[in-house]
Amino acid sequence: MNNQRRNVLKTGTGAAVLGALAAAGMIPNVALAAWNKAAFEAKSMADTLKALGAVQPADSSDVQVTGPDIAENGAVVPVGVDSKIAGTTMVAILIDKNPNALAASFMLPAGTEANVQTRVKMGQTSNVYALVKAGDKFYMATKEIKVTLGGCGG
Amino acid sequence: MSTKPMRIRASVKDGVTEVKALIAHEMETGQRKDANGAVIPAWFITELTATHNGKPVLVSEFGTAVSKNPYLAFRFKGGAAGDKIAISWKDNKGESRTDEAAIA
Amino acid sequence: MVIRQKYLVAALAVGLAGAPLLAAASDDLLEGINAYREALADGNPSELVAAEGEELWKTPRGPKNASLEKCDLGLGPGVVKGASAQLPRFFKDTGKVQDLETRLMTCMETLQGLDPKAVVNAGWLKGEKEKMAALVAYVVTESNGQKIKVDMRHPEMKKMYDLGKLAFYHRAGPMDFSCATCHGDQGKRIRMQELPDLRTQEGAAAGWGSWPAYRVSNGQFWTMQHRLNDCYRQQRTAEPIYGSDVTIALSVYLAATANGGKVMTPGIKR
Repeated sequence: MNNQRRNVLKTGTGAAVLGALAAAGMIPNVALAAWNKAAFEAKSMADTLKALGAVQPADSSDVQVTGPDIAENGAVVPVGVDSKIAGTTMVAILIDKNPNALAASFMLPAGTEANVQTRVKMGQTSNVYALVKAGDKFYMATKEIKVTLGGCGG
Repeated sequence: MSTKPMRIRASVKDGVTEVKALIAHEMETGQRKDANGAVIPAWFITELTATHNGKPVLVSEFGTAVSKNPYLAFRFKGGAAGDKIAISWKDNKGESRTDEAAIA
Repeated sequence: MVIRQKYLVAALAVGLAGAPLLAAASDDLLEGINAYREALADGNPSELVAAEGEELWKTPRGPKNASLEKCDLGLGPGVVKGASAQLPRFFKDTGKVQDLETRLMTCMETLQGLDPKAVVNAGWLKGEKEKMAALVAYVVTESNGQKIKVDMRHPEMKKMYDLGKLAFYHRAGPMDFSCATCHGDQGKRIRMQELPDLRTQEGAAAGWGSWPAYRVSNGQFWTMQHRLNDCYRQQRTAEPIYGSDVTIALSVYLAATANGGKVMTPGIKR
C-alpha cells in the first residue's frame, strides 16, 4: 500500500464524481439507474432472481463460487465469483438462507475480468449462488458454505 | 459523521492490473438490536465504483450482507505503473467518499 | 472433586472410543478453517485502523501541540520499526517496566501534555482509548515479521516476570478460574477455537505473537490491554485497572515465554 494517496479528492464527493462520470458517458446508464432496491429487499431466491430480471438461469460449470468451504465466523465469509463465460457483463452473489438473498452485484465494463472477490455475512450454513449475466442470458453455480458461528448477532 | 480513508492497493503484472481495497464502513444490517433492545438502523454502502484514469472498471451495488469494513479484489486488462485508481462509494444515508491510489 | 473425577473418566472413555473418527473429521475441518484464515489474512481490516494511527502519530495534539514523532518506544526517539517486538521493557526515564500502551501514555503526557487518565478512564474503543487503539495498530504493524525479542536482563523485568507468572496461575472469581484454566494445557479448545498453551514457547508465541488483533466477529481492533482485560471479564472477576502493574506483568510473562517467536501483529481472529 505504498502508493496510497490518503487525502480525499478535493474535487467533490463520490456522488459528484459518479455524476460527472455519467455526464461524460463513462458509466453505463443502468449503473446510475440507482441501487436496485427491489432486488436487495427481496427475501427469497426466486423473488431476487425475478427482481434482477434473471429468468431461469442455466446451471453452468463455467461459473464458480470461490472461497473456503467453511467459515469460522459468519460475520466475515470470503466469497467470490469466477466466470469463464465469454462476454460476462455482470456477476452477483446470493445467499439462500440470509434474510435478503442478494449480497452484492458487480457490473463489469469491457476489459474487467469476471472474477471478483469480497466478504459477506452469513446467518447460518447455506447454499451460496454465483449469478452471471453474459449477453442477455443468465447462468448460475452454487456451493454450500458451512458457518460454525452465525454472523448476524455480533 | 466523518468518513474514514480506504486502503487501495493496485499492481500491474503481464498487462493485468489487480486491485485490492479495504473500505472503512460499519455496514450495519438494520437487523441488530442495541443493549436496550432498540433496533440499530441500517447503515451501509449501496453503490461503489472503481475507475482507472477516470474510466470505470467496476460498478458495484451492495446490500447489507456485505461484511463490515468491506474488502474487494478484482482484475482488469491494461493499466500501467503510476496510473490512477479511484474508488468512490455512496451509502444509504447519502454519505460518500472517494480515495485514490497509483498502480505500483 | 468426586464429580470432577467421574467426568474425567467418562470423558476419557468417550475420547478413546471416538478418537479415530474424530481425528479424521477434525483434519478436514481444520483444513477448511485454515483455508478460511488464509483468505482473511490478505486484507486484514487492521490496516484501516493502522492508517488512522499513523495519521494520529504525526498529528500535533494536546496543550503542547506536539505530535508523537519524537516518542521513544525503546529503540530511540521516533523509531517505530521493530519497537513493539521488544516490548515490554524497562525504561530508565520513567524507572518502570512499560508495555506499548503505558509507554504511549508516557509520550502523550511528556510530549503532548495530555493527561493519561483520559485514556485510563475512557470506555473500550471510545474517546482516548479509541485513539490509543489506532496508535497501537500503527506501531505493531511496524513490527510484523520481526522476532519477539524481550530483554529480560534488568532486575525489574525479572520481578515483573515473577509477578506475571503468579497472576497467570492465580485462581479467582465465582468459577475459580485462572488464566491457566484455559491456557495451561496442550490441545485444549472451546468449540472450534484452539487455545494456545501459554506455558510453552510455541503456545506463547502463537498467542502473544498474534495480539493485538482485529476480531471479525465484532469488527473491532483490540489492543493487548483490552485482550487481557477480557480474560478477567471471562473469569467473572474484578477487571484490572488499565495499564496497571498486573497487566504489564502478565505481558512480560507471556512475551518472555514467547521470546524467539515471530511477531504476526496485527493478527486477525475469529
